[in-house]
Amino acid sequence: MRGFGPIVVVVAVLAAVPLVVHSNVVLNFLVIALMIALAGQGWNILGGYGGQYSFGHAAFFGTGAYVTAILQMRYGVNAWAGFVIGIAAGALAGAIIGALTFRSGLRGSYFALVTLAFAEVLRIIASVAPITGAGVGTLIKLDVRAQAFQFQSRAAFYWIVLALVALSLLMAKMIERSRFGTWLVAVRENEDAAQALGVDAVTVKSAAMVISGAITAAAGCFYAQYFLFVDSGIAYGTWISIEALLTPIIGGVGTVFGPLLGALVVKALGEGARLLTGDAPGLDLIVYGAVLVLVIAFAPRGLIGGLPRARRLLTRASPVEAAHG
Amino acid sequence: MAEPLLVVERVSRRFGGLLAVNAASLIAPEGHITALIGPNGAGKTTLFSIISGFIKASHGSIRYAGEEIIGEPPHRLARRGIARTFQIVQPFADLTVRENILVGAHLRHRARQAALAVAERVGREVGIAGMLDRPADTLTVAGRKRLELARALATGPKLLLLDEVLAGLNPSEIRDIVPVIRGLCARGITILMIEHVMQAVMSLAEHVFVLTEGRIIAQGTPAQVAADSAVVEAYLGHGAAAKLGGLHAG
Repeated sequence: MRGFGPIVVVVAVLAAVPLVVHSNVVLNFLVIALMIALAGQGWNILGGYGGQYSFGHAAFFGTGAYVTAILQMRYGVNAWAGFVIGIAAGALAGAIIGALTFRSGLRGSYFALVTLAFAEVLRIIASVAPITGAGVGTLIKLDVRAQAFQFQSRAAFYWIVLALVALSLLMAKMIERSRFGTWLVAVRENEDAAQALGVDAVTVKSAAMVISGAITAAAGCFYAQYFLFVDSGIAYGTWISIEALLTPIIGGVGTVFGPLLGALVVKALGEGARLLTGDAPGLDLIVYGAVLVLVIAFAPRGLIGGLPRARRLLTRASPVEAAHG
Repeated sequence: MAEPLLVVERVSRRFGGLLAVNAASLIAPEGHITALIGPNGAGKTTLFSIISGFIKASHGSIRYAGEEIIGEPPHRLARRGIARTFQIVQPFADLTVRENILVGAHLRHRARQAALAVAERVGREVGIAGMLDRPADTLTVAGRKRLELARALATGPKLLLLDEVLAGLNPSEIRDIVPVIRGLCARGITILMIEHVMQAVMSLAEHVFVLTEGRIIAQGTPAQVAADSAVVEAYLGHGAAAKLGGLHAG
């Protein structure tokens, strides 16, 4: 189990936070940051490792959120079962969108635009369809019992979303060390060269999209249970598409911890700015933009991505020094 | 006698008004090195891309190990045992040399340890064992050509399509890599190579096909082809053979 140590340490440290911090404000902040980290990890599997930049991960987040909410309110399905089905629905959405985009050979910016279009179409459908509650949205009935996936304490929600994040970290690490992950990175680096080496690029990308959709949908399912309310602007809104891609890019694309680090940094800066200026609307977006510009200018691989580069520069320099010394 | 490993029959490819490959036929017998030569723009790389599945042929037939393979996608051909290198090297720039070769090695080995062992062995075979942990984008041109070769080899091919692996190398680098290619052939890999470096073609290939304006105009041993008047004209222009002949006569 070499290489899993850092994940255990990070998760253990985060798990201890509610034992020390009892402020609901802080816990609420961390719950949301972890939820965004989860959505971002989903994006990272496809975008970071596979190089397929989706602008429409709201399609998965929203599908998870709506499926969880609708199954409970309209069909009386247990919340935990609804949660799992919501994740499966996200995977299915990934399979469908992956089949439609990758089989037709969409790459690069065309792929990004089409994913954006899928999310927007879903948003518009959800805002008029009766089953989603149309413009009113879907409210999940308050029922604070563990069986209903509702808890009085913030800490319980915190540990659940942390467990989901921990699972996503483990998945990313396992993918990194697997044949599938090696092929996925090869497709990102050079699709033609990968195919010449026997990599079925369409299948690899489609599989990545299924996993990606499932993880981001899990964040959506969690959102529904935490806020007990979903509408089309929340579920399929561009805000989540942006946060899902922003956090890995700022934290470190194609790295295990990139989305988590990015989510914590971005959310902390956003909240900090709001506190300082007294809740000026849209200020968090300005902060995101500024951070994004700074990161792309000075650490194009993100905050974590800068580390191996620095280390590589050092190790590359040392043999030369040895030769001269 | 058994059919050659690769049989290309009357393959054509049209790009709009340009007939890039015009009813070209060639064979690559198992266990031998066959070369495909021709002036710039003759259609050699296009023909290679058709054989390796990257470009669809307009007409014709390609048989590999007795089976029709025309129109199959590249990854399936790689699984059958056809590997190619690219004339313009295409390393996975962000990965190390080892990780680059690993991508190819995973084709026949699911487990990471087994694939890493293959990558290590292939790296030694093509002479880049000392660079395995360097990022691929720090290699010299010669190093990249070797990496290109190593990645293709890691897929465990029976037929290796080499697209100008010697181009851009200096004479001493060519001298270094020629024995590597000969060694591959010696351990049973069939090779079809596009090459401009005639010195290497002469020393490596047993049979040469000459492609000009999309058509095969000559074939034979390297010596036969070099003496063929049609080949001389293709390279040096119309009437060149006669002038050269005149010179020799005079």
